[in-house]
Amino acid sequence: MGVRKAKHGGFMAFIFTLISIVYVSPVLIVIMNSFKKKGYINKYPFSLPTEKAFVGLENYVEGIKKIGFIEAFMNSLFITVLSVLVIILCTSMCAWYITRVRNKLTETIYYLCLFSMIVPFQMVMFTLSKIADMLHLGNPVGIILVYLGFGAGLAVFMFCGFVKSIPLEIEEAAMIDGCTPIQTYFQIVFPILKPTCITVAILQAMWIWNDYLLPYLVLDIKKYKTIPIAIQYLKGGYGSVDMGAMMAMLVLAIVPIIIFYIACQKYIIEGVVAGAVKG
Amino acid sequence: MEKAIKRYFPVFALPTLAAFTIGFILPFLLGIYLSFCEFTTVTDAKFVGIRNYLKIWGDSTFIHALWFTALFTIISVLVINVLAFAIAMLLTKGIPGTNAFRTVFFMPNLIGGIVLGYIWQLILNGIFAYFGRTLTYSGSYGFWGLIILMCWQQIGYMMIIYISGIQNVPGELIEAAKIDGATPSQILTNVTIPMVMPSITICTFLTLTNSFKLFDQNLALTAGEPSNKSEMLALNIYNTFYGRTGWEGVGQAKAVIFFILVAAIALAQNWLTRQKEVQQ
Repeated sequence: MGVRKAKHGGFMAFIFTLISIVYVSPVLIVIMNSFKKKGYINKYPFSLPTEKAFVGLENYVEGIKKIGFIEAFMNSLFITVLSVLVIILCTSMCAWYITRVRNKLTETIYYLCLFSMIVPFQMVMFTLSKIADMLHLGNPVGIILVYLGFGAGLAVFMFCGFVKSIPLEIEEAAMIDGCTPIQTYFQIVFPILKPTCITVAILQAMWIWNDYLLPYLVLDIKKYKTIPIAIQYLKGGYGSVDMGAMMAMLVLAIVPIIIFYIACQKYIIEGVVAGAVKG
Repeated sequence: MEKAIKRYFPVFALPTLAAFTIGFILPFLLGIYLSFCEFTTVTDAKFVGIRNYLKIWGDSTFIHALWFTALFTIISVLVINVLAFAIAMLLTKGIPGTNAFRTVFFMPNLIGGIVLGYIWQLILNGIFAYFGRTLTYSGSYGFWGLIILMCWQQIGYMMIIYISGIQNVPGELIEAAKIDGATPSQILTNVTIPMVMPSITICTFLTLTNSFKLFDQNLALTAGEPSNKSEMLALNIYNTFYGRTGWEGVGQAKAVIFFILVAAIALAQNWLTRQKEVQQ
């Protein structure tokens, strides 16, 4: 059929442009308010910052100091990047192993992974945080192990689905030529798995970067905060929120994600589709 | 070949298995056991039988949270899927600028729940201010606030999945239906919808479980205010654990019930929509 042309293309494009503007407006309103004086934010959130209300970057400076934003950002980045790398490496190896070696144990691992995907975090949150505490995992390095454990289910499941579609002959040929299983894996299998790696990486990164409750319960939050924890911390226990700092920190939390999204849009959207079809 | 690989268990499978045991299997089993215990830490657990489970039914906040969550889930699943499907249909018709619209609609999905909650708290409070009220005026304000937030976040994601489903419908099939004299609405109900049934299965599954398990957005937007009236199940469980001393066992028992509900919904939904897929 080729490219379909819409009947009222121009008109529909106009309508969708309007909807798109409404759609991004919450973010724009937050950005606008981040330049206003505290007192003006709650009262007039939709009005532009007038000369009286405009404070420049004051909210940003204050917010960054108050919650230690830079440190939180580095923690989030460190935990997300390393967890994703570790998850991809370990779970893809595990998936290859349990697909190629068939016995009671590997079958059990596969079904446990499948099962873990429907268990809500609240079911394990208390016990997991206590176990992590006992094993001293309450730091940015230790939490990587927790993420590997709790994120393994989905990742192993997705890699298994892909490994099954790789023809055995390629690996057999490599092994006959004298490759050890480790060489076979890293030189033959892992390169073939690359598209699935990207999908898994995107799904896991979106989850870990934005995750609040798991790091809040597992990390020693007096020492280490991630961005969501730092933002929730602004609210404090007293009900009164510094709205100026809050707006500025929301903007700082959103901007890196949007830049990353625009840069890797193609992979993110493809990853989501591929992940949904397999999951 | 299998034999050669088999010896490499410690290299390939052990790291993941060890982490999986620490991060999932042990906490899960211990969690089931602790739901039958009275405890404040894991080490002082005392077996009390099903007392925790009996206590749940006397807790009116839990029953309220259960109905709140159920109603929230039904409405959000319907609204999100209908809107996402409608937008996907329109955006596969070759409207100029389609890619830009797709980018915009998907964007909120990448923003975390906590940040989303505070963004909408500002917007909704700003609107309610015109009527001299706030978001925490009553539970139903929080309810609809969460629905709006959830739609904003999830429609883009579901739209992407529907678009790929719709694009996979063979063009010949629609041509053939047109030649046979089918009206656009007949094509939609008799050709397009049955053909994208796998996408519908996935999207209802995702929205169903996401809505039912919602936590971060709930915590940031209203934190259950006023007086637990906008509290969902996950937040109720959290508050039982960390807000009431001596109730840890009840919290764990609630978590077990929560797990059973999520599992039952997931399995039932899967079974129902899979049946539809086979029929066509």
